[in-house]
Amino acid sequence: MNFSEVFKQSNQLCKVSPDGKYLATCVQYRLVVRDINSLQIVHLYTCLDQVMHMEWSSDSLFILCAMYKRGLVQVWSLEQPDWHCKIDEGSIGLVSSRWSPDGRHILNTTEFNLRVTVWSLCTKAVSYIKYPKACQKGVDFSADGRYMALAERRECKDYISVFVCDDWHLLRHFESETQDLAGLEWSPNSCVLAVWDSCLEYKILLYSLDGRLLSLYSAYEWSLGIKSVAWSPSSQFLAVGSYDEKVRILNHITWKKITEFEHPATIINTKAVVFKEVEKRPVVGSEDLSIHQLTVDNSLFSTQSKYEITQLPAQVPVIKPDPDRANPKIGISTLAFSADNRFLATKNGTPLSITYARPVVDAVTLLVNSTCREVTIICYMMHLCCWS
Amino acid sequence: CPPPLLTLSHISGISMSPSRQNSHHSLHSTMVLPKTSYSVISAFCTEENISQCIAYINQEVCSLGLTGVSLESESGGLSAVLVLNLLYEVLQLQRRAQRALHELETQQLKNSSDLEHLQHSNCRLKDQLEHTRRENSGLHEGERQLQLKIKTLQNCLKSEKEEVQKLQSIISSRATQYNHDSKRKERECTKLKERLNQLLMDKRDKKLSIEMSNYVGRSDGKRGLWKTSKMEARHEGEMYRALLSDYETRQRSLVLENSELKKVLQHMKKDMIAILSPKNVCVQPEPADDSLEQAVSEGEEEAGDRSRESLEQSCEQAREQLTNSIRLQWRKLKSHMERLDSQVSLEREGDEVMSRKEHEDEMQRMRLELQQCKEFIHMQQQLLQQQLSSPCDEETAALLNDCYTLEEKERLKEEWRLFSEQKRNFERERKNFTEAAIRLGHERKAFEEDRAVWLKTQFLNMTPFVDRKRPALSEPHGALAVSTEPEAKLQSTPPLVTKSQSYSVFSTPKAAPVKMPSTADLYRTLHLIPESRGHGKCASGKMLTKSRLRNCSTDCSVISLVRDESSPV
Repeated sequence: MNFSEVFKQSNQLCKVSPDGKYLATCVQYRLVVRDINSLQIVHLYTCLDQVMHMEWSSDSLFILCAMYKRGLVQVWSLEQPDWHCKIDEGSIGLVSSRWSPDGRHILNTTEFNLRVTVWSLCTKAVSYIKYPKACQKGVDFSADGRYMALAERRECKDYISVFVCDDWHLLRHFESETQDLAGLEWSPNSCVLAVWDSCLEYKILLYSLDGRLLSLYSAYEWSLGIKSVAWSPSSQFLAVGSYDEKVRILNHITWKKITEFEHPATIINTKAVVFKEVEKRPVVGSEDLSIHQLTVDNSLFSTQSKYEITQLPAQVPVIKPDPDRANPKIGISTLAFSADNRFLATKNGTPLSITYARPVVDAVTLLVNSTCREVTIICYMMHLCCWS
Repeated sequence: CPPPLLTLSHISGISMSPSRQNSHHSLHSTMVLPKTSYSVISAFCTEENISQCIAYINQEVCSLGLTGVSLESESGGLSAVLVLNLLYEVLQLQRRAQRALHELETQQLKNSSDLEHLQHSNCRLKDQLEHTRRENSGLHEGERQLQLKIKTLQNCLKSEKEEVQKLQSIISSRATQYNHDSKRKERECTKLKERLNQLLMDKRDKKLSIEMSNYVGRSDGKRGLWKTSKMEARHEGEMYRALLSDYETRQRSLVLENSELKKVLQHMKKDMIAILSPKNVCVQPEPADDSLEQAVSEGEEEAGDRSRESLEQSCEQAREQLTNSIRLQWRKLKSHMERLDSQVSLEREGDEVMSRKEHEDEMQRMRLELQQCKEFIHMQQQLLQQQLSSPCDEETAALLNDCYTLEEKERLKEEWRLFSEQKRNFERERKNFTEAAIRLGHERKAFEEDRAVWLKTQFLNMTPFVDRKRPALSEPHGALAVSTEPEAKLQSTPPLVTKSQSYSVFSTPKAAPVKMPSTADLYRTLHLIPESRGHGKCASGKMLTKSRLRNCSTDCSVISLVRDESSPV
């Protein structure tokens, strides 16, 4: 693989535009936009303060730069570089900022999660949404960009509001049967909303678009519950990863578990293929995935790493995290389906563990699957590995 | 007479066996003769008291049950015979007594040894008994201790369970407590937030604002709409529409799946019925049962047919019917399989050596085949690998590729050359042929003309109308001559035009008349000239020219022209 020269960036703000033509990076208070083929600087913008968050609009025409310390959001246009827009939240402060799916509204979450302000770039109008919930994933837009689901907390109860993104009209407002809502996610066909509880209780609820409770699933009680949730691209399966290192797959017709995947420390299944990364670094000998200290020089790019197939039974190195701490680093942290619904990649435990990928329908476990499927894994050590 | 007495004691002294030395004291009643008892005997009987001695001896002997000795008073002596007899009897007595003594002694030894043995065993058994008693008591002790242990453990368990329950209740109470507390804190927090909101609203020291150089158009280019109830209704409608379409797609896919599964089930049922049909079922241990089942299966088939129609409506009953029939068939199939299995096992026990041998032979053959196939595959794999691995050397691979392509190119060139040659030959031949045909036509025409002329001269010679026919002669001649011109013109075109129609030259005229009139014309001239000869030449000649001229312009009327000419004939 060839690498270009290293570009400076801060706060890990480096994003490719949705249409794939430009690359935007933030360096302190400057926003640099480059053409992705030639890597030449196309635009250079200067913001008023250090940029904490940067996001492309969905049509790749605008970039949003949020400066939380000063409560400011600045929007830059790619078509007209002289166009400028500044949103000041005032003394109320700013905690997070994001685009709406149509690329013409900006949603700012104020400090203490007091409210969500919706700014319109078309009309300079402002809308407020009160009592948003501060949780892992309190806002989700549907895939077609038509609806927004927002978790609210009033009087010690969880509510869910569904807005129409067109004009921010409140479509539905209903109570959620969770104790302490941790997140919500739309299904890719925008008809079902999956809502899950905090890790103190294993509960996942499925609501239809109009607010009816379709189903409730709970695998066990008392132990730490759900850590991550992912929909399959066809909306047929819902994968639920939990702290007990298991992934459970629910089907969309009965909303019952169809299969369960485990992540054992020793892989003995004969149908599994185990890839072990072997690094050829002069200092460190061959070892599997481990966190390296990122250095400024190019030592990262000079390591040659390749993957070789190890014999079964293979031992997966497991480091037992401290279970007494809150939010322990065990359990399924990441889930991702392949685009054709056939494979599921999971990451178990601490960053030192190896990713599992397995077909959804069969119970066969494959560690990094066979040909013709692409799974992109971004490891914590900043290696971008593309598997096919 | 002392000598006989002496001898008597001497004899008795000798006859004392050494074995009796120990016990001789017990028989002192019968025998009392010590070794130095010579004087005693002499003391007992002297010459004076013989009769007394005899009387005493008689007394003793009588008490023993023996006959006494009678005295013979004549000489005052004893009858030796009687005395000897008496002595003999006494000896016998003694003998018997000794034997009895011997026996008694052995008996006594035996008894004593028995007694000893018994005493020993008695002792042993007593010891054993003692030992087992001790053991028993030990075991009892152990059992008692274990029982105690069990009791204590059960108590522990109970206490632990109680503790667990207590802890659980504690946990739940604490959980409720925490919930309550957190709720209280949350309420406080919201109150704070409200207050903060109020303060911020009131103070307004730093207004929240937005500055934009100009408004941005909407992403979809449309104008914004006011928020009205109609809009709300529209949103609701859209939402429901989205939901409905999703449900519809889902339902469609489910219906598809359902129908597929039903089809599969139907096929399975059919197959199962086929398998279990009366022809296939060979062994019927319970014939009554089978016949019943078969009758049922036939009835099922009909029911299945009937149900097929109702399945389309997918009603509950039809579905149940289908599943029940499938289950029934499956059960029958299972029982059939079990029967077959038992059959096979029975047969295996029997002496079906032939079939087994055949079976084994076939197995052997198949194994060989398999081995061969495997080897073949292996070889193929190797070759394939070789082939794949050999172009690792890029130069040689490129070279090889080049070679191959060169070869092919050469081959192609060669073939192309051949092809063009052949084409040229072909054309030449065609040209020759057409020329030959033309020549032939010409010659035929000339010949016909000559013939006609000859016939005419003949005819004219025969008839009186000689002069009038002369101008008529020239006409057909002229007509024919005229006719040759366009023909000639036409002839010039075929070699040029029939490049693509080379085939039509060789084919029959009726087959390819539509495309190129020139070659068709050619044929027609060849065929028609003899035809038209006998039927009024001038008229036919004119018609021919007309037709030919028409043909020069049109393409499609060729066939019709053929008919036209034949019709007036």
